[in-house]
Amino acid sequence: MSLTASRADDVPGGRGTPPPRTAAQRRRALGLDRGTWFLLLPALIPVLVLSVGPLLYGVALAFTDAQSGRTTPTRFIGLANLSDLRFDSLFWDSFTIGLTWAVCVTALQFALALGLALLLDQNLRLRWLARTLALVPWAMPEVVVGIMWRLVYHSDAGILNDTLTRTGLLHENVDWLADLSYALPAVIVVGVWAGMPQTTVVLLAGLQNVPRELREAAHLDGAGIWRRFTTVTWPALRPVVVSITALNFIWNVNSFGLVYVLTQGGPGGQTRLPMLFAYEEAFTYGQFGYAAAMGLVMVAVIAVLLTLFLRKKLTEDAV
Amino acid sequence: MTGASSPTPAKVRALRIAGGTGQYLALGCYLVFLAFPLLWLLSTSFKSTRELGSLHPSWLPEDPSWDNYRAAFEAQPLLHAALNSLVVAATAALVSVATAVPAAYAMARHRSWAGRVGTVWILVSQMFPFILVIIPLFLVLKNLHLIDSIAGLIAVYVVWNLPFSLWMLQGYIKAVPRSLEEAAAVDGAGRLRTLGSVVLPLLAPGLVATLMFSFVTAWNEFFFALVLLKSPENQTMSVILTHFLGTEGVADLGPLAAASVLATLPSLVFFALLQRRLVGGMLAGAVKA
Repeated sequence: MSLTASRADDVPGGRGTPPPRTAAQRRRALGLDRGTWFLLLPALIPVLVLSVGPLLYGVALAFTDAQSGRTTPTRFIGLANLSDLRFDSLFWDSFTIGLTWAVCVTALQFALALGLALLLDQNLRLRWLARTLALVPWAMPEVVVGIMWRLVYHSDAGILNDTLTRTGLLHENVDWLADLSYALPAVIVVGVWAGMPQTTVVLLAGLQNVPRELREAAHLDGAGIWRRFTTVTWPALRPVVVSITALNFIWNVNSFGLVYVLTQGGPGGQTRLPMLFAYEEAFTYGQFGYAAAMGLVMVAVIAVLLTLFLRKKLTEDAV
Repeated sequence: MTGASSPTPAKVRALRIAGGTGQYLALGCYLVFLAFPLLWLLSTSFKSTRELGSLHPSWLPEDPSWDNYRAAFEAQPLLHAALNSLVVAATAALVSVATAVPAAYAMARHRSWAGRVGTVWILVSQMFPFILVIIPLFLVLKNLHLIDSIAGLIAVYVVWNLPFSLWMLQGYIKAVPRSLEEAAAVDGAGRLRTLGSVVLPLLAPGLVATLMFSFVTAWNEFFFALVLLKSPENQTMSVILTHFLGTEGVADLGPLAAASVLATLPSLVFFALLQRRLVGGMLAGAVKA
């Protein structure tokens, strides 16, 4: 009973459901007239040919023994790739690394970005500088971001070791990206650096959509900073938070270039994200079918996690 | 209203000062975190080989010179790579925006059906691991003899840019008042006329922002370019940069830094020119979603 009560919002006719439509409106909503099709076509064709098509082909490849540069025809082998994957401990290592990376980067990006957005929402003097700088990591090629951090982390010529040894926090230089225990945290920091500013800008815009009168009214009613945040700001910001976190998570699961440049997956596979693993499998060893199966597993996991995460949002404000 | 229990003015002021200091401290930390790798990259690019080999690196180059920039051009075909990137990014941006405009218009004005399918597709297209798309694309392009060709890469980027172009453009289109279109319709203009002579002119700033964003995305892209372009004379900036890393990760740091700075400049200029409009456009979708 408590279950049904808590779901009252989802019941048709509950809060947030649009008013019933007339038959004519419904007809217009379902069918598209020829003019609209005509408008959609130029975008639809390339999408079908170069995006949806390859995607379906890719899914199909996951069930074949496709390899690059061989003479015998590709065979359909059913679930063999997927069942091989089950026992591929290297894949599961990379899978764990990938999840750790995606969860850590997304969470840190969000936490830092939220703090910063709240800060930049205040009237501070250096606000313009912070806002402008926030765009820089976003505009940089990820390869350059990777190279830049390699220079920072460099064991001899890097500024990080120098600063840490000079201040006495470190006794001898660490080769951050080649160290078994530091490599993953080190690349996570880079991931956060690269993505946090964008999240900040999105959250900042979300904050500006929070009605100012509401916040002022809460202030006049004597609500403190924390109360104002939990009762006024957060509820208004939540839709933005859900979309940006979901997108960030997907982007982070799929990331490739940054870590490819930083460590190429090393040391000893400690930073081999699933995409790096699949790339190697496909384009170094030519195992197209097997790599596609890895992609399929990644899609499945992302889909499950996102469904759990977005279920509430989708039922609340159906796109 | 704040009642009799409110703290004394002196206490309020002290609290406010402490809060203000804390805020500036946090902002300072953020600025350092953000700016410090950038400054280091810039500084490294102007250092001499001797200085880069020293055990205690200095913050600023002792004897700044352009030598690394010269060496970078000598070591790799940078100019050619920049030209490739320019052609690829500009063409991909133009084509993807041109194809996105009508569709974005349909999505913005027919929210019910086209809008919903479009939005779902935009989200879904973000979800698929590129590996699942790149292997078949590689096979298809190989059969069409478009592997290691700039044309093949452009085609991939057009489609890859489309979701975001659609997202941004439909936001801009929604901001165009509907009454103007209705007035045009009353005056007897057809749908295409209305789009061309009423919506497009008002959309110009949004179009420019979307174009620039697509350009920067394509200029910066790495994965597809890495897989699809094999010969050095076809490679784009992102891919050429990785050649500076050398084998076994032994890199010539100076030229590496210099080339990286050069590869970033075009995107930075575009972002600087456009930052306000860009942020507005990107968020038009995100915030309302």
